Amino acid sequence: MRRTVMSGAGIALVMLSAAMAIACGEKKPPVARPQPPPPPPSAATSASRPPTPPQPVSEPTVVPPEPVRDDAIASASLDELNRSSPLRPAFFDYDSSELSAETQQALNANAGVLRRYPGWTVTIEGHCDERGTAEYNLALGERRAGATRAYLISLGISADRLRTVSYGKEFPFEPGHDEAAYAKNRRAHFVVTAK
Amino acid sequence: MKRTLLVTAAALLVLASLAAQQPPAKTPSPPPQQQPSEVSTTIASDQAGAPPRFAVPEFIALPSEGAAPNARPDAEVADAARTIGRVLWDDLTFEREFALLPRDIHSTVPAATSMLDVPFDRWRELNADGVMVGTVQKTATGVRVEARLFNVRTRQSAFAREYSGSIANARLYAHTIADELHQQQRALRGVARTKLTFNSDRDGERLSGTVETRGAKEIYISDYDGENQRRVTTQRSLNITSTWSPDARSIAYTSYRRGAPQIFVSNIYQGTLEEPTQGSTGQNWLPAWSPDGTRLAFATTRDGNSEIYVMNRDGSNLRRLTTNPAIDVSPTWSPSGTQIAFNSDRTGTPQIWVMGADGLQQRQLTHEPYADRPTWSAAPFNEVAYTARTGPGNDLKILELGTGQVRQLTFGEGSNESPTFAPNGRHLAFMSTRAGKAQIFTVARDGRDLRQVTKSGNNYQPDWSK
Repeated sequence: MRRTVMSGAGIALVMLSAAMAIACGEKKPPVARPQPPPPPPSAATSASRPPTPPQPVSEPTVVPPEPVRDDAIASASLDELNRSSPLRPAFFDYDSSELSAETQQALNANAGVLRRYPGWTVTIEGHCDERGTAEYNLALGERRAGATRAYLISLGISADRLRTVSYGKEFPFEPGHDEAAYAKNRRAHFVVTAK
Repeated sequence: MKRTLLVTAAALLVLASLAAQQPPAKTPSPPPQQQPSEVSTTIASDQAGAPPRFAVPEFIALPSEGAAPNARPDAEVADAARTIGRVLWDDLTFEREFALLPRDIHSTVPAATSMLDVPFDRWRELNADGVMVGTVQKTATGVRVEARLFNVRTRQSAFAREYSGSIANARLYAHTIADELHQQQRALRGVARTKLTFNSDRDGERLSGTVETRGAKEIYISDYDGENQRRVTTQRSLNITSTWSPDARSIAYTSYRRGAPQIFVSNIYQGTLEEPTQGSTGQNWLPAWSPDGTRLAFATTRDGNSEIYVMNRDGSNLRRLTTNPAIDVSPTWSPSGTQIAFNSDRTGTPQIWVMGADGLQQRQLTHEPYADRPTWSAAPFNEVAYTARTGPGNDLKILELGTGQVRQLTFGEGSNESPTFAPNGRHLAFMSTRAGKAQIFTVARDGRDLRQVTKSGNNYQPDWSK
């Protein structure tokens, strides 16, 4: 008696779950299930298509208006370029954004490089040593980057090639806590962002 | 009723004490019970001028609701009972309104098993004026926490609360009891449920897109005591200067995720993000919420050099407040929202200045070698705390605006920066390198009770929720 009830219930259950499976099967597709077969029709032709669009898009940015000499700098990737940068950092005195004669010399050289590679766009990062407060140093770093940018513009470098960003004392180049480290951390640092 | 009659008839001391221990008739059956009516009194010390001495032992873990009275309480409940007692002790110690009996004394007094057998005589021997007795009981839906502060001399309850909810965050019961006890006993706004936000490099993640090895900083939040530290941002970018909206539901901060720094507002409970300075040129930094939460003051270089601006929290209604070639940065609002203190180096060195919220009547407040990051205290204190150069490093100072007096809070223990006041003005959080790395600490406004809040990685620029 009990068994028949059980098996009856069992059958009902099986039917119910089957019905649910069907119902679910109808609703499920949008929920990402492992799609059994990858779409087979015209796989070869469609696979060859996608790579084509990016090429015409990327071309305009690469266009070097002048035939640049094929030297190491011109052929280097951006990362390689920034790792051994031909653009020298501009160093500053404590709590100052004045460009010393030495700093101006470095920037004169940088201006020469930028004239030679007119396709380059650079970001000038302002950095500070750790003695100032984090908050004020944000503004001080910007003043250093701004002074550096203004000087390069005065040398004829187009303003739209020079962006600035201030990192305050967030990213010291030297981890030390002495004047030698501080001196290296008070700088406008050049990063080539496009060429 | 019957019982009081009995007591008056018998007039026996022993019986009287027994009766006083009985809570107002409480039948054990219906779960949603009304709070027992409470005789609201404050407990004072019997020595004039001294803070009342309270005992706050661990809470009592009761057998689960419906279990046999002698059943062992659930382990989770026992754990919660221990946690609540300890956290409550910490919270009450933090405000220094009560003199708490040292924890190690608790074990010399037999633990109560309910509200009915509190050993008042023993607490009296230890000179306690009040004793906090709490119970934790598992119910069908979660947990019920009951807390009472008894006057040890009269054996009457001066404070009684009952809470029910999840057992998941036992600390929150303790924080709530602490805040409500401070409010009821001392008319003091406690800070046990307030939170901190700060930025941290603890995850050791590298900033993407740079040649140099630069560590990301992400925004974190935590309880005021440093518990429940949680990460808010996940961009592997430089995210700094986070600050709580007055309703503690949003955090405004500076992020470099777009390259140049922009201001973002993260609505942490909704999980949504706003970008009020979206599309602006220049650098945008250091957002500061107006006390009503509708506006943000911030610093921006969009007009060439760093100036203070104010905008609505959605970026509309932008107004410039400062106009000069010097650096103006680090704005902070007065509690009434009518004034803004800020940092300017227009005299040649960074100093704290103040102006009306309309930008008018700018005047210099400090004459330090170097001062930055003003932060305005809450009423009743009329103070501005700031970072001052005092030697190789920085220290915190507090300027009393009424008298113009300045007092120093730290004295060359590492470098100390970025002060922020607790919403009741009685504590500050700040960054210090005194323990080696940069860490967040809290300290009472008189310089006592230093507590280290963070331990992992470097942590900077705390802000205390309002």
